[in-house]
Amino acid sequence: MIPLIVEIEALTKVYETKLRVVAVDGIDLELNQGEIFGLLGPNGAGKTTTISIATTRTLPTSGTVRIAGIDVVKHPAHARRHIGVVPQFNTLDRSLTVYENLYFHCRYFGFSHAQARARAMELLSQFLLTERKDVYPAQLSGGLAQRVQIARAIAHRPTVLFLDEPSAGLDPQSRMAMWGAVQELRKEGITVLLTTHYMEEADSLSDRLAILDYGRVLALGPPEKLKATLGAHTVFDLKLKTHEGLDALAAALKARPDVAGAEVTADGLRVFAASSDGLLPELVHVAAAHGLLDLKITEPSLETVFIQLTGRDLRE
Amino acid sequence: MNNSTEIRGQGSENRGQGSEIGPGAGEAVAAPAERQQGSGRRSKSLLGMFLRDLEVLTSGLGGRGSGKADAGNSHAGDPGSGIFFKAFLGLFLRDLRVLLREFHVFLARVGMQPLLFLFVFTFILPRMGGGNLMATGGGVDFGTILLPGLMAVAIMFSGIASVALPLSQEFGVTREIDDRVMCPLPLWAVALEKVCFSAMQSIIAALLVIPMAYYVPAAPVRVHVANWFLLALVLVLSSLLTGSLGLVIGSTVNPRQIGLVFSILVVPITFLGCVYYPWANLGRSGLVWIQVGVLFNPIVYMSEGLRASVTPGITHMPWWAILSALVFFTAALGRWGLKGFLGRVLS
Repeated sequence: MIPLIVEIEALTKVYETKLRVVAVDGIDLELNQGEIFGLLGPNGAGKTTTISIATTRTLPTSGTVRIAGIDVVKHPAHARRHIGVVPQFNTLDRSLTVYENLYFHCRYFGFSHAQARARAMELLSQFLLTERKDVYPAQLSGGLAQRVQIARAIAHRPTVLFLDEPSAGLDPQSRMAMWGAVQELRKEGITVLLTTHYMEEADSLSDRLAILDYGRVLALGPPEKLKATLGAHTVFDLKLKTHEGLDALAAALKARPDVAGAEVTADGLRVFAASSDGLLPELVHVAAAHGLLDLKITEPSLETVFIQLTGRDLRE
Repeated sequence: MNNSTEIRGQGSENRGQGSEIGPGAGEAVAAPAERQQGSGRRSKSLLGMFLRDLEVLTSGLGGRGSGKADAGNSHAGDPGSGIFFKAFLGLFLRDLRVLLREFHVFLARVGMQPLLFLFVFTFILPRMGGGNLMATGGGVDFGTILLPGLMAVAIMFSGIASVALPLSQEFGVTREIDDRVMCPLPLWAVALEKVCFSAMQSIIAALLVIPMAYYVPAAPVRVHVANWFLLALVLVLSSLLTGSLGLVIGSTVNPRQIGLVFSILVVPITFLGCVYYPWANLGRSGLVWIQVGVLFNPIVYMSEGLRASVTPGITHMPWWAILSALVFFTAALGRWGLKGFLGRVLS
């Protein structure tokens, strides 16, 4: 049997501030050894809070998280030995060089001087950072700093690596390099939990993913499966000038065999279809009567899965 | 599509409820901890956490030393206490590396103030022939009065500079603290390491004043250490005290206001800390209200404690009063600082 590396059970987190905020609302997740698992959702969906709880930085309101069988609330210090974290922000030690960042991280985790030095050198060459080993973090570009952060996070050979929005603020080239680095981790057998609000990132990196919204898991499974079962639709977003009689139009469209669904939105109309063949001219034609201002077509993707599940665009 | 409206509806319901029954913002930090620990306030859970960690530590002592780095093969039943000590040592070594790299900066930082003080008040002013500029009473030279006081100030400033300033930065701006908080040791130990390292710096800073006091003043300073044990105890306690004060300031004050803390807290408690005059002289000068008022100032006990151990010829408080006050203030500030620290790193 493949052991479970991360077990999240009935996890909730309520912030009792003036405004009661339910950040995590009953999440159950299980991660298997060696998989790359994505948490996909818009800002405020509860992704970062979930990661914070799992990495011992936030106390849950209820529920449990076990990392390699260790309860993170009862034994945070021991759980941390199994955890590697790449946070959203650059938290590299600015008083230390790149090499020293890696070296001292190893020392924190009980490596001897010789072990720490060997591991730091190994990571420098693995992440192509050897030339920059004596540079201070302030002199690094965003992409390079992120690379050092990943190297540092896996330096103590954690069982699971948490990546919180790893590509936030990275240029496309650095993002590709980061994806490559994460995929390389597969070889080391590290389990990866990453959060993202980039569809492509979730799609191309994760073996399985959970779509989160308002602190709940809306869907869970491999990206291909999610796309196949939930979002095999092309989404047409029509921006219309007049909104009268749209309900009737939506009903009429729904009756068509090639239309899976239609709904009235704030801007106009949203139509879900199995394919765009033949439907597009028809749509333009009927929409013309309502003053068609704009038309957006989204091909089947995790984006459409998300729209299907939440009725919203991820970027809204 | 129905899905979405349902969820959204619930979300707003929750928020609606919250505004009616939600407690004040002040309780926000304590709330999760309470729920987690079952009952009791944050302070209880703090103690509970402490005891639990100590338990793990001691239970692991007799067992196999599992300080090995490959965490992959260990499981819940294996506490591996050795790793706590190694992590603590690692943090200490890191701080040491940073300190030694800029050791000359450290020396300038802690040495400049006492050096200038001695230079102006015990070298320049006496030569101006102004006679008794600083009335000391009993015919004791001002330098002798000043030495223990300047040591106390050195400890004080070093404690603030090595804990409060960096911590405030790390919490508020750079968030570097995240990495250290993810070390495999209890959070209180991360805070303790900060205080201990600061204490080491403070002791160096205080000892640095002694040679200066030998060479700079025009009149010789009468140093006489009768009780080395008392000196060591006072130095260590004072250093831990200011480190704890640094922890309080660093975890509660935001980096933009740290300058303000110096002018409204650090400077006043230094000037009113019996640094430039023995505490007993306040009473003799008829300033009893000041003499009583400054008893709330921890710096007083540092100055008096050093006076008792370095220049015992000058009147000072009894040693038992000094030591109990130092222990009391260290414990109180330490607890407050730890609470603040935990509040910042754990939500």
